[in-house]
Amino acid sequence: MNNELLNELTFFVLAVFVGIEVISKVPTMLHTPLMSGTNAIHGIILVGALLIAAGANSPVNVILGFLAVVLATTNVVGGFVVTDRMLEMFKGRQAQPKTPEAAKSK
Amino acid sequence: MTTVLTLAYLLAAVLFILGLRQLSSPRTARNGNYTAAAGMVIALGATVPQLHFTSAGAIIVLVGVIVGAAVGTVGARQVKMTAIPQMVALFNGAGGGAAALVAVAELLKFGSHPPFSEAFPSVFSIVIGSVSFAGSIIAFAKLQELMTGTPITYPGQQLVNGLIAAAIIGFVIAVLAIASIPFSFLSLMLLALILGVAFVLPIGGADMPVVISLLNAFTGLAVAASGFTLNNFALIVAGTLVGASGSLLTKLMSDAMGRSLGNVLFGAFGQVRAGAGAGAAGKETRTVRTSSIEDLATLLAYSRRVIVVPGYGLAVAQAQHAVRELAELLEKKGVEVSYAIHPVAGRMPGHMNVLLAEANVPYEQLKEMDEINDEFKDADVVLVVGANDVVNPAARTSPGSPIYGMPILNADQAKNIVFLKRSMRPGFAGIDNDLLYDPKTIMLFGDAKDSLTKLVNAVKAA
Repeated sequence: MNNELLNELTFFVLAVFVGIEVISKVPTMLHTPLMSGTNAIHGIILVGALLIAAGANSPVNVILGFLAVVLATTNVVGGFVVTDRMLEMFKGRQAQPKTPEAAKSK
Repeated sequence: MTTVLTLAYLLAAVLFILGLRQLSSPRTARNGNYTAAAGMVIALGATVPQLHFTSAGAIIVLVGVIVGAAVGTVGARQVKMTAIPQMVALFNGAGGGAAALVAVAELLKFGSHPPFSEAFPSVFSIVIGSVSFAGSIIAFAKLQELMTGTPITYPGQQLVNGLIAAAIIGFVIAVLAIASIPFSFLSLMLLALILGVAFVLPIGGADMPVVISLLNAFTGLAVAASGFTLNNFALIVAGTLVGASGSLLTKLMSDAMGRSLGNVLFGAFGQVRAGAGAGAAGKETRTVRTSSIEDLATLLAYSRRVIVVPGYGLAVAQAQHAVRELAELLEKKGVEVSYAIHPVAGRMPGHMNVLLAEANVPYEQLKEMDEINDEFKDADVVLVVGANDVVNPAARTSPGSPIYGMPILNADQAKNIVFLKRSMRPGFAGIDNDLLYDPKTIMLFGDAKDSLTKLVNAVKAA
Protein backbone atom coordinates (compact mmCIF):
# COMPACT_ATOMS: atom_id res chain seq x y z
CA MET A 1 0.00 0.00 0.00
CA ASN A 2 1.50 3.32 -0.95
CA ASN A 3 1.55 6.42 1.18
CA GLU A 4 -1.08 8.32 -0.75
CA LEU A 5 -3.60 5.52 -0.42
CA LEU A 6 -2.94 5.34 3.32
CA ASN A 7 -3.57 9.09 3.63
CA GLU A 8 -6.78 8.74 1.66
CA LEU A 9 -7.95 5.87 3.86
CA THR A 10 -7.28 8.02 6.92
CA PHE A 11 -9.43 10.86 5.55
CA PHE A 12 -12.11 8.36 4.66
CA VAL A 13 -12.33 6.77 8.09
CA LEU A 14 -12.28 10.11 9.91
CA ALA A 15 -14.96 11.50 7.59
CA VAL A 16 -17.20 8.51 8.39
CA PHE A 17 -17.09 9.39 12.08
CA VAL A 18 -17.59 13.10 11.52
CA GLY A 19 -20.50 12.43 9.16
CA ILE A 20 -22.31 10.33 11.74
CA GLU A 21 -21.49 12.61 14.65
CA VAL A 22 -22.55 15.80 12.94
CA ILE A 23 -26.08 14.72 12.04
CA SER A 24 -26.90 12.74 15.17
CA LYS A 25 -28.16 16.00 16.71
CA VAL A 26 -30.55 16.97 13.92
CA PRO A 27 -34.25 17.11 14.92
CA THR A 28 -36.79 15.18 12.85
CA MET A 29 -38.35 18.36 11.49
CA LEU A 30 -35.12 19.13 9.65
CA HIS A 31 -34.62 15.70 8.12
CA THR A 32 -35.94 16.62 4.69
CA PRO A 33 -33.80 19.78 4.38
CA LEU A 34 -30.85 17.81 5.75
CA MET A 35 -31.27 15.07 3.18
CA SER A 36 -31.52 17.70 0.50
CA GLY A 37 -28.47 19.53 1.87
CA THR A 38 -26.31 16.41 1.91
CA ASN A 39 -27.61 15.68 -1.58
CA ALA A 40 -26.22 19.04 -2.70
CA ILE A 41 -22.89 18.36 -1.01
CA HIS A 42 -22.25 15.17 -2.98
CA GLY A 43 -22.56 17.44 -6.01
CA ILE A 44 -18.83 17.90 -5.29
CA ILE A 45 -18.55 15.20 -7.97
CA LEU A 46 -18.61 18.24 -10.29
CA VAL A 47 -14.92 18.70 -9.36
CA GLY A 48 -14.29 15.19 -10.67
CA ALA A 49 -16.43 15.81 -13.74
CA LEU A 50 -14.43 18.97 -14.53
CA LEU A 51 -11.14 17.08 -14.15
CA ILE A 52 -12.12 14.46 -16.71
CA ALA A 53 -14.03 16.78 -19.06
CA ALA A 54 -11.40 19.52 -19.34
CA GLY A 55 -8.76 17.23 -20.79
CA ALA A 56 -11.12 15.30 -23.05
CA ASN A 57 -9.28 14.35 -26.24
CA SER A 58 -11.26 11.46 -27.71
CA PRO A 59 -14.92 11.18 -28.77
CA VAL A 60 -15.59 8.74 -25.92
CA ASN A 61 -14.11 11.11 -23.36
CA VAL A 62 -16.00 14.07 -24.81
CA ILE A 63 -19.31 12.25 -24.43
CA LEU A 64 -18.52 10.93 -20.95
CA GLY A 65 -17.18 14.30 -19.81
CA PHE A 66 -20.11 16.27 -21.16
CA LEU A 67 -22.72 13.98 -19.57
CA ALA A 68 -20.83 13.97 -16.27
CA VAL A 69 -20.61 17.79 -16.18
CA VAL A 70 -24.32 18.21 -16.99
CA LEU A 71 -25.42 15.67 -14.37
CA ALA A 72 -23.05 16.94 -11.68
CA THR A 73 -24.00 20.60 -12.24
CA THR A 74 -27.69 19.69 -12.06
CA ASN A 75 -27.00 17.92 -8.78
CA VAL A 76 -25.07 20.76 -7.19
CA VAL A 77 -27.17 23.72 -8.39
CA GLY A 78 -30.55 22.04 -8.01
CA GLY A 79 -29.54 20.61 -4.64
CA PHE A 80 -28.60 23.92 -3.05
CA VAL A 81 -31.49 25.88 -4.58
CA VAL A 82 -34.17 23.41 -3.52
CA THR A 83 -32.69 23.20 -0.01
CA ASP A 84 -32.77 26.98 0.26
CA ARG A 85 -36.39 27.00 -0.89
CA MET A 86 -37.30 24.61 1.92
CA LEU A 87 -35.37 26.49 4.56
CA GLU A 88 -36.59 29.98 3.73
CA MET A 89 -39.91 28.81 5.12
CA PHE A 90 -38.64 28.15 8.60
CA LYS A 91 -39.54 31.37 10.32
CA GLY A 92 -40.06 32.07 13.97
CA ARG A 93 -43.19 33.64 15.37
CA GLN A 94 -41.51 37.02 15.76
CA ALA A 95 -40.47 37.12 12.12
CA GLN A 96 -44.00 36.44 11.00
CA PRO A 97 -45.58 39.41 9.21
CA LYS A 98 -49.15 40.22 10.09
CA THR A 99 -51.25 38.71 7.36
CA PRO A 100 -54.25 40.53 5.92
CA GLU A 101 -56.56 37.61 6.81
CA ALA A 102 -55.45 37.72 10.43
CA ALA A 103 -56.21 41.43 10.63
CA LYS A 104 -59.60 41.03 8.99
CA SER A 105 -60.80 38.22 11.19
CA LYS A 106 -61.22 40.42 14.27
CA MET B 1 -1.76 18.86 -6.06
CA THR B 2 -0.58 22.36 -5.27
CA THR B 3 -0.57 23.76 -1.77
CA VAL B 4 -3.26 26.31 -2.61
CA LEU B 5 -5.54 23.62 -3.97
CA THR B 6 -5.01 21.40 -0.94
CA LEU B 7 -5.76 24.27 1.45
CA ALA B 8 -8.83 25.23 -0.55
CA TYR B 9 -10.14 21.66 -0.33
CA LEU B 10 -9.44 21.62 3.40
CA LEU B 11 -11.38 24.85 3.83
CA ALA B 12 -14.23 23.42 1.73
CA ALA B 13 -14.34 20.28 3.89
CA VAL B 14 -14.51 22.39 7.05
CA LEU B 15 -17.33 24.47 5.58
CA PHE B 16 -19.28 21.32 4.64
CA ILE B 17 -18.99 20.01 8.19
CA LEU B 18 -19.98 23.37 9.71
CA GLY B 19 -22.85 23.62 7.23
CA LEU B 20 -24.19 20.22 8.23
CA ARG B 21 -24.00 21.22 11.87
CA GLN B 22 -25.84 24.50 11.29
CA LEU B 23 -28.55 22.48 9.55
CA SER B 24 -29.29 20.92 12.93
CA SER B 25 -31.15 23.96 14.28
CA PRO B 26 -34.10 25.69 12.61
CA ARG B 27 -32.57 29.08 13.39
CA THR B 28 -29.27 28.44 11.65
CA ALA B 29 -30.37 25.90 9.06
CA ARG B 30 -30.63 28.34 6.21
CA ASN B 31 -27.15 29.69 6.90
CA GLY B 32 -25.94 26.12 7.04
CA ASN B 33 -26.98 25.64 3.45
CA TYR B 34 -25.13 28.85 2.48
CA THR B 35 -22.05 27.68 4.39
CA ALA B 36 -22.03 24.39 2.49
CA ALA B 37 -22.61 26.23 -0.79
CA ALA B 38 -19.65 28.51 0.01
CA GLY B 39 -17.52 25.40 0.53
CA MET B 40 -18.66 24.17 -2.87
CA VAL B 41 -17.79 27.47 -4.56
CA ILE B 42 -14.31 27.44 -2.97
CA ALA B 43 -13.64 23.84 -4.02
CA LEU B 44 -14.77 24.53 -7.58
CA GLY B 45 -13.06 27.91 -7.78
CA ALA B 46 -9.74 26.39 -6.71
CA THR B 47 -10.08 23.51 -9.16
CA VAL B 48 -10.78 25.45 -12.35
CA PRO B 49 -7.38 27.25 -12.62
CA GLN B 50 -5.64 23.85 -12.27
CA LEU B 51 -7.40 22.38 -15.31
CA HIS B 52 -5.63 21.96 -18.65
CA PHE B 53 -8.36 22.45 -21.19
CA THR B 54 -8.34 20.91 -24.63
CA SER B 55 -10.50 22.89 -27.08
CA ALA B 56 -13.19 20.20 -26.99
CA GLY B 57 -12.87 20.08 -23.20
CA ALA B 58 -13.46 23.82 -22.87
CA ILE B 59 -16.60 23.63 -24.96
CA ILE B 60 -18.15 20.67 -23.16
CA VAL B 61 -17.39 22.15 -19.75
CA LEU B 62 -18.92 25.51 -20.66
CA VAL B 63 -22.01 24.07 -22.33
CA GLY B 64 -22.35 21.34 -19.71
CA VAL B 65 -22.28 23.78 -16.80
CA ILE B 66 -24.79 26.10 -18.48
CA VAL B 67 -27.19 23.26 -19.27
CA GLY B 68 -26.85 21.67 -15.84
CA ALA B 69 -27.26 24.99 -14.01
CA ALA B 70 -30.36 25.81 -16.06
CA VAL B 71 -31.95 22.40 -15.46
CA GLY B 72 -31.09 22.49 -11.76
CA THR B 73 -32.33 26.03 -11.15
CA VAL B 74 -35.55 25.71 -13.12
CA GLY B 75 -36.29 22.29 -11.61
CA ALA B 76 -35.67 23.48 -8.06
CA ARG B 77 -37.60 26.74 -8.50
CA GLN B 78 -40.60 25.31 -10.32
CA VAL B 79 -41.16 22.23 -8.20
CA LYS B 80 -44.22 22.31 -5.98
CA MET B 81 -43.55 21.84 -2.28
CA THR B 82 -45.48 18.58 -2.37
CA ALA B 83 -43.17 17.23 -5.07
CA ILE B 84 -39.92 17.88 -3.21
CA PRO B 85 -39.16 14.24 -2.35
CA GLN B 86 -39.07 13.16 -5.98
CA MET B 87 -37.05 16.26 -6.91
CA VAL B 88 -34.42 15.32 -4.34
CA ALA B 89 -34.44 11.80 -5.82
CA LEU B 90 -33.85 13.20 -9.30
CA PHE B 91 -30.94 15.45 -8.25
CA ASN B 92 -29.50 12.53 -6.32
CA GLY B 93 -29.72 10.27 -9.36
CA ALA B 94 -27.89 12.90 -11.41
CA GLY B 95 -25.04 12.88 -8.88
CA GLY B 96 -24.86 9.07 -8.89
CA GLY B 97 -24.76 8.99 -12.69
CA ALA B 98 -22.01 11.62 -12.75
CA ALA B 99 -19.92 9.64 -10.23
CA ALA B 100 -20.18 6.49 -12.35
CA LEU B 101 -19.25 8.34 -15.57
CA VAL B 102 -16.26 10.02 -13.91
CA ALA B 103 -15.00 6.62 -12.76
CA VAL B 104 -15.40 5.11 -16.25
CA ALA B 105 -13.57 8.00 -17.92
CA GLU B 106 -10.74 7.90 -15.42
CA LEU B 107 -10.33 4.15 -15.66
CA LEU B 108 -10.17 4.27 -19.48
CA LYS B 109 -7.03 6.41 -19.18
CA PHE B 110 -5.14 3.49 -17.68
CA GLY B 111 -5.59 1.26 -20.70
CA SER B 112 -6.23 -2.43 -20.33
CA HIS B 113 -4.30 -3.03 -17.10
CA PRO B 114 -5.04 -0.37 -14.50
CA PRO B 115 -3.38 -0.78 -11.09
CA PHE B 116 -5.62 -2.41 -8.48
CA SER B 117 -5.68 0.72 -6.29
CA GLU B 118 -7.31 2.59 -9.20
CA ALA B 119 -9.47 -0.20 -10.57
CA PHE B 120 -11.07 -1.20 -7.28
CA PRO B 121 -12.58 2.18 -6.29
CA SER B 122 -13.52 2.87 -9.92
CA VAL B 123 -15.47 -0.34 -10.24
CA PHE B 124 -17.12 0.34 -6.87
CA SER B 125 -18.12 3.82 -8.03
CA ILE B 126 -19.44 2.54 -11.36
CA VAL B 127 -21.64 -0.07 -9.68
CA ILE B 128 -22.94 2.02 -6.78
CA GLY B 129 -23.33 5.17 -8.88
CA SER B 130 -25.31 3.30 -11.53
CA VAL B 131 -27.56 1.61 -8.95
CA SER B 132 -28.21 5.03 -7.42
CA PHE B 133 -28.92 6.60 -10.81
CA ALA B 134 -31.40 3.95 -11.98
CA GLY B 135 -32.97 3.53 -8.54
CA SER B 136 -33.51 7.29 -8.18
CA ILE B 137 -35.20 7.50 -11.58
CA ILE B 138 -37.61 4.72 -10.57
CA ALA B 139 -38.23 6.43 -7.20
CA PHE B 140 -38.97 9.66 -9.07
CA ALA B 141 -41.32 7.90 -11.50
CA LYS B 142 -43.18 6.24 -8.62
CA LEU B 143 -43.64 9.40 -6.57
CA GLN B 144 -44.48 11.50 -9.61
CA GLU B 145 -47.07 8.84 -10.43
CA LEU B 146 -45.57 8.24 -13.87
CA MET B 147 -45.89 4.60 -12.86
CA THR B 148 -47.78 2.80 -10.13
CA GLY B 149 -46.61 3.77 -6.66
CA THR B 150 -47.45 0.38 -5.18
CA PRO B 151 -44.83 -2.35 -4.87
CA ILE B 152 -44.28 -4.34 -8.06
CA THR B 153 -43.57 -7.93 -7.16
CA TYR B 154 -43.42 -11.31 -8.81
CA PRO B 155 -42.59 -14.78 -7.55
CA GLY B 156 -38.89 -15.37 -7.06
CA GLN B 157 -38.12 -11.66 -7.19
CA GLN B 158 -35.59 -11.71 -4.38
CA LEU B 159 -33.89 -14.64 -6.09
CA VAL B 160 -33.65 -12.74 -9.39
CA ASN B 161 -32.31 -9.64 -7.64
CA GLY B 162 -29.84 -11.84 -5.77
CA LEU B 163 -28.69 -13.36 -9.05
CA ILE B 164 -28.17 -9.92 -10.61
CA ALA B 165 -26.15 -8.88 -7.57
CA ALA B 166 -24.14 -12.12 -7.74
CA ALA B 167 -23.50 -11.58 -11.45
CA ILE B 168 -22.21 -8.08 -10.68
CA ILE B 169 -19.90 -9.36 -7.96
CA GLY B 170 -18.62 -12.10 -10.28
CA PHE B 171 -18.08 -9.57 -13.01
CA VAL B 172 -16.24 -7.24 -10.64
CA ILE B 173 -13.89 -10.02 -9.57
CA ALA B 174 -13.26 -10.96 -13.19
CA VAL B 175 -12.60 -7.35 -14.15
CA LEU B 176 -10.21 -6.81 -11.26
CA ALA B 177 -8.40 -10.13 -11.49
CA ILE B 178 -8.13 -10.78 -15.18
CA ALA B 179 -8.17 -7.88 -17.56
CA SER B 180 -9.94 -4.55 -17.78
CA ILE B 181 -11.06 -4.07 -21.30
CA PRO B 182 -13.30 -1.02 -21.81
CA PHE B 183 -16.35 -3.09 -22.78
CA SER B 184 -16.41 -4.88 -19.45
CA PHE B 185 -17.17 -1.56 -17.75
CA LEU B 186 -20.11 -0.95 -20.01
CA SER B 187 -21.54 -4.39 -19.25
CA LEU B 188 -20.95 -3.80 -15.56
CA MET B 189 -22.71 -0.46 -15.76
CA LEU B 190 -25.65 -2.02 -17.59
CA LEU B 191 -26.00 -4.78 -14.99
CA ALA B 192 -25.85 -2.21 -12.18
CA LEU B 193 -28.53 -0.09 -13.86
CA ILE B 194 -30.76 -3.16 -14.08
CA LEU B 195 -30.12 -3.91 -10.41
CA GLY B 196 -31.04 -0.32 -9.50
CA VAL B 197 -34.40 -0.68 -11.24
CA ALA B 198 -35.05 -4.17 -9.87
CA PHE B 199 -34.10 -3.09 -6.36
CA VAL B 200 -36.58 -0.20 -6.16
CA LEU B 201 -39.50 -1.82 -8.04
CA PRO B 202 -40.75 -3.94 -5.09
CA ILE B 203 -40.62 -0.96 -2.73
CA GLY B 204 -43.52 1.41 -2.58
CA GLY B 205 -45.95 3.41 -0.56
CA ALA B 206 -44.67 5.00 2.61
CA ASP B 207 -41.25 3.38 2.19
CA MET B 208 -40.07 5.53 -0.72
CA PRO B 209 -38.44 8.25 1.45
CA VAL B 210 -36.28 5.64 3.17
CA VAL B 211 -35.14 4.39 -0.22
CA ILE B 212 -34.35 7.90 -1.46
CA SER B 213 -32.31 8.51 1.66
CA LEU B 214 -30.45 5.24 1.13
CA LEU B 215 -29.74 6.08 -2.51
CA ASN B 216 -28.50 9.48 -1.34
CA ALA B 217 -26.00 7.72 0.90
CA PHE B 218 -25.07 5.44 -2.02
CA THR B 219 -24.28 8.44 -4.22
CA GLY B 220 -22.11 9.85 -1.44
CA LEU B 221 -20.10 6.62 -1.32
CA ALA B 222 -19.84 6.49 -5.12
CA VAL B 223 -18.47 10.05 -5.08
CA ALA B 224 -15.97 9.10 -2.38
CA ALA B 225 -14.89 6.10 -4.46
CA SER B 226 -14.42 8.34 -7.51
CA GLY B 227 -12.29 10.49 -5.21
CA PHE B 228 -10.03 7.50 -4.53
CA THR B 229 -9.70 6.94 -8.27
CA LEU B 230 -8.83 10.58 -8.95
CA ASN B 231 -6.78 10.91 -5.75
CA ASN B 232 -8.93 13.90 -4.90
CA PHE B 233 -9.24 14.89 -1.24
CA ALA B 234 -12.39 17.00 -1.70
CA LEU B 235 -14.34 14.17 -3.30
CA ILE B 236 -13.25 11.63 -0.70
CA VAL B 237 -14.14 13.77 2.30
CA ALA B 238 -17.40 15.30 1.02
CA GLY B 239 -18.59 12.00 -0.46
CA THR B 240 -17.84 10.11 2.73
CA LEU B 241 -19.55 12.73 4.88
CA VAL B 242 -22.71 12.26 2.82
CA GLY B 243 -22.34 8.48 2.77
CA ALA B 244 -22.05 8.31 6.56
CA SER B 245 -24.70 10.87 7.48
CA GLY B 246 -27.05 9.54 4.80
CA SER B 247 -26.75 6.01 6.18
CA LEU B 248 -27.56 7.22 9.68
CA LEU B 249 -30.49 9.28 8.38
CA THR B 250 -31.81 6.21 6.56
CA LYS B 251 -31.69 4.23 9.78
CA LEU B 252 -33.43 7.03 11.72
CA MET B 253 -36.20 7.07 9.11
CA SER B 254 -36.88 3.34 9.20
CA ASP B 255 -36.72 3.45 13.01
CA ALA B 256 -39.42 6.13 12.94
CA MET B 257 -41.63 3.67 11.09
CA GLY B 258 -40.91 0.97 13.63
CA ARG B 259 -39.31 -1.32 11.07
CA SER B 260 -35.84 -2.52 10.32
CA LEU B 261 -34.08 -1.34 7.20
CA GLY B 262 -33.98 -4.92 5.89
CA ASN B 263 -37.73 -5.16 6.25
CA VAL B 264 -38.20 -1.90 4.34
CA LEU B 265 -35.93 -2.97 1.48
CA PHE B 266 -36.92 -6.61 1.12
CA GLY B 267 -40.27 -6.85 2.89
CA ALA B 268 -42.29 -5.65 -0.14
CA PHE B 269 -44.52 -3.36 1.85
CA GLY B 270 -48.17 -4.26 1.54
CA GLN B 271 -47.58 -7.94 0.81
CA VAL B 272 -49.26 -8.88 4.06
CA ARG B 273 -52.21 -6.68 3.20
CA ALA B 274 -54.24 -9.55 1.81
CA GLY B 275 -53.95 -11.45 5.07
CA ALA B 276 -54.83 -8.43 7.18
CA GLY B 277 -57.74 -7.56 4.89
CA ALA B 278 -59.30 -11.00 5.26
CA GLY B 279 -59.67 -10.53 9.00
CA ALA B 280 -61.33 -7.19 8.46
CA ALA B 281 -64.07 -8.48 6.18
CA GLY B 282 -67.53 -7.07 6.71
CA LYS B 283 -66.18 -3.61 7.37
CA GLU B 284 -68.28 -2.14 4.59
CA THR B 285 -71.41 -2.69 6.64
CA ARG B 286 -70.14 -0.51 9.47
CA THR B 287 -71.30 3.06 9.62
CA VAL B 288 -69.44 6.28 10.18
CA ARG B 289 -70.62 9.46 11.83
CA THR B 290 -70.74 12.75 9.98
CA SER B 291 -71.77 16.17 11.17
CA SER B 292 -72.65 19.63 9.91
CA ILE B 293 -69.99 22.29 9.53
CA GLU B 294 -71.77 24.45 12.12
CA ASP B 295 -71.76 21.73 14.78
CA LEU B 296 -68.08 21.10 14.18
CA ALA B 297 -67.31 24.81 14.37
CA THR B 298 -69.07 25.04 17.71
CA LEU B 299 -67.22 22.00 19.00
CA LEU B 300 -63.89 23.56 18.00
CA ALA B 301 -64.64 27.07 19.22
CA TYR B 302 -65.60 25.87 22.71
CA SER B 303 -62.74 23.46 23.17
CA ARG B 304 -59.82 24.16 25.45
CA ARG B 305 -57.23 22.14 23.60
CA VAL B 306 -57.16 21.28 19.90
CA ILE B 307 -54.42 19.21 18.31
CA VAL B 308 -54.07 19.27 14.53
CA VAL B 309 -52.64 16.16 12.86
CA PRO B 310 -51.58 17.15 9.37
CA GLY B 311 -50.88 14.59 6.65
CA TYR B 312 -50.09 14.35 3.00
CA GLY B 313 -53.74 15.08 2.07
CA LEU B 314 -53.26 18.57 3.53
CA ALA B 315 -50.33 19.11 1.21
CA VAL B 316 -52.20 17.83 -1.83
CA ALA B 317 -55.15 20.11 -1.14
CA GLN B 318 -52.76 23.05 -0.54
CA ALA B 319 -54.66 23.54 2.70
CA GLN B 320 -51.73 24.64 4.87
CA HIS B 321 -52.78 28.32 4.77
CA ALA B 322 -56.39 27.46 5.57
CA VAL B 323 -55.40 25.33 8.56
CA ARG B 324 -53.14 28.09 9.87
CA GLU B 325 -56.01 30.57 9.53
CA LEU B 326 -58.32 28.26 11.46
CA ALA B 327 -55.69 27.77 14.18
CA GLU B 328 -55.15 31.54 14.55
CA LEU B 329 -58.88 32.11 14.79
CA LEU B 330 -59.24 29.44 17.49
CA GLU B 331 -56.30 30.86 19.43
CA LYS B 332 -58.02 34.28 19.45
CA LYS B 333 -60.97 32.54 21.04
CA GLY B 334 -58.67 31.20 23.74
CA VAL B 335 -58.26 27.68 22.39
CA GLU B 336 -54.82 26.19 22.76
CA VAL B 337 -53.76 24.83 19.37
CA SER B 338 -50.75 22.72 18.53
CA TYR B 339 -49.72 20.54 15.63
CA ALA B 340 -48.67 16.93 16.12
CA ILE B 341 -46.08 15.97 13.56
CA HIS B 342 -45.52 12.28 13.05
CA PRO B 343 -41.93 11.46 12.03
CA VAL B 344 -43.11 10.17 8.66
CA ALA B 345 -46.03 12.54 8.13
CA GLY B 346 -46.24 13.56 4.51
CA ARG B 347 -43.83 11.62 2.41
CA MET B 348 -40.56 12.34 4.13
CA PRO B 349 -39.55 13.09 7.70
CA GLY B 350 -39.80 16.84 8.12
CA HIS B 351 -41.95 17.23 5.01
CA MET B 352 -44.93 18.49 7.05
CA ASN B 353 -42.77 20.97 8.93
CA VAL B 354 -41.63 22.43 5.63
CA LEU B 355 -45.18 22.75 4.34
CA LEU B 356 -46.56 24.30 7.52
CA ALA B 357 -43.61 26.65 7.79
CA GLU B 358 -44.45 27.76 4.26
CA ALA B 359 -47.85 28.84 5.58
CA ASN B 360 -46.17 30.82 8.40
CA VAL B 361 -47.15 28.42 11.15
CA PRO B 362 -44.67 29.25 13.93
CA TYR B 363 -42.44 26.26 14.50
CA GLU B 364 -42.94 26.51 18.26
CA GLN B 365 -46.44 25.11 17.67
CA LEU B 366 -45.12 22.11 15.78
CA LYS B 367 -44.67 19.28 18.25
CA GLU B 368 -42.89 16.04 17.50
CA MET B 369 -44.57 12.76 18.30
CA ASP B 370 -42.72 11.93 21.51
CA GLU B 371 -43.30 15.42 22.80
CA ILE B 372 -47.06 15.48 22.27
CA ASN B 373 -48.20 11.87 22.54
CA ASP B 374 -49.06 12.16 26.24
CA GLU B 375 -51.14 15.28 25.60
CA PHE B 376 -53.73 13.64 23.36
CA LYS B 377 -55.75 12.33 26.32
CA ASP B 378 -56.25 15.94 27.48
CA ALA B 379 -57.24 17.19 24.03
CA ASP B 380 -60.88 18.03 23.41
CA VAL B 381 -60.60 17.70 19.67
CA VAL B 382 -58.04 16.12 17.40
CA LEU B 383 -58.36 17.50 13.89
CA VAL B 384 -56.88 15.00 11.45
CA VAL B 385 -56.35 16.77 8.14
CA GLY B 386 -55.50 14.44 5.29
CA ALA B 387 -53.63 11.98 7.48
CA ASN B 388 -54.56 8.37 8.05
CA ASP B 389 -51.85 5.76 8.60
CA VAL B 390 -50.09 7.76 11.31
CA VAL B 391 -53.15 7.54 13.59
CA ASN B 392 -54.18 4.00 12.65
CA PRO B 393 -54.51 1.94 15.87
CA ALA B 394 -53.84 -1.20 13.83
CA ALA B 395 -50.16 -0.33 14.28
CA ARG B 396 -50.64 -1.11 17.99
CA THR B 397 -53.25 -3.83 17.95
CA SER B 398 -53.13 -5.91 14.81
CA PRO B 399 -49.96 -7.99 14.34
CA GLY B 400 -50.99 -8.98 10.81
CA SER B 401 -50.99 -5.40 9.58
CA PRO B 402 -48.08 -4.15 7.48
CA ILE B 403 -47.76 -1.10 9.71
CA TYR B 404 -47.81 -3.18 12.93
CA GLY B 405 -45.17 -1.84 15.29
CA MET B 406 -44.96 1.63 13.73
CA PRO B 407 -45.19 4.25 16.46
CA ILE B 408 -48.41 6.21 15.96
CA LEU B 409 -49.94 9.40 17.32
CA ASN B 410 -52.36 8.65 20.16
CA ALA B 411 -55.22 10.46 18.44
CA ASP B 412 -57.63 7.73 19.57
CA GLN B 413 -57.22 8.89 23.20
CA ALA B 414 -58.73 12.32 22.57
CA LYS B 415 -62.31 13.13 23.51
CA ASN B 416 -63.33 13.83 19.91
CA ILE B 417 -61.63 12.97 16.67
CA VAL B 418 -62.47 14.85 13.49
CA PHE B 419 -61.25 13.47 10.18
CA LEU B 420 -61.12 15.78 7.18
CA LYS B 421 -60.89 13.32 4.32
CA ARG B 422 -61.92 13.08 0.70
CA SER B 423 -63.42 9.62 1.07
CA MET B 424 -63.18 6.44 3.09
CA ARG B 425 -60.23 5.40 0.94
CA PRO B 426 -57.29 4.00 2.89
CA GLY B 427 -54.09 6.01 3.25
CA PHE B 428 -50.72 5.78 1.57
CA ALA B 429 -50.00 2.37 3.11
CA GLY B 430 -53.26 1.02 1.70
CA ILE B 431 -54.65 -0.22 5.00
CA ASP B 432 -58.12 0.30 6.40
CA ASN B 433 -58.29 2.42 9.54
CA ASP B 434 -60.58 1.30 12.38
CA LEU B 435 -60.42 4.73 13.96
CA LEU B 436 -62.67 6.06 11.18
CA TYR B 437 -65.47 3.88 12.57
CA ASP B 438 -64.90 4.82 16.21
CA PRO B 439 -67.98 6.27 17.96
CA LYS B 440 -65.87 9.31 19.02
CA THR B 441 -64.98 10.01 15.41
CA ILE B 442 -66.70 12.53 13.16
CA MET B 443 -66.02 12.42 9.43
CA LEU B 444 -66.08 15.55 7.33
CA PHE B 445 -65.84 14.50 3.71
CA GLY B 446 -64.52 16.75 0.98
CA ASP B 447 -61.46 18.62 -0.16
CA ALA B 448 -59.44 19.59 2.91
CA LYS B 449 -59.07 23.21 1.81
CA ASP B 450 -62.80 23.64 1.11
CA SER B 451 -63.73 22.05 4.42
CA LEU B 452 -61.27 24.18 6.35
CA THR B 453 -62.42 27.38 4.66
CA LYS B 454 -66.02 26.55 5.54
CA LEU B 455 -64.95 25.78 9.11
CA VAL B 456 -63.13 29.11 9.36
CA ASN B 457 -66.29 30.97 8.32
CA ALA B 458 -68.44 28.94 10.67
CA VAL B 459 -66.08 29.48 13.61
CA LYS B 460 -66.16 33.25 12.94
CA ALA B 461 -69.93 33.06 13.25
CA ALA B 462 -69.92 30.80 16.32
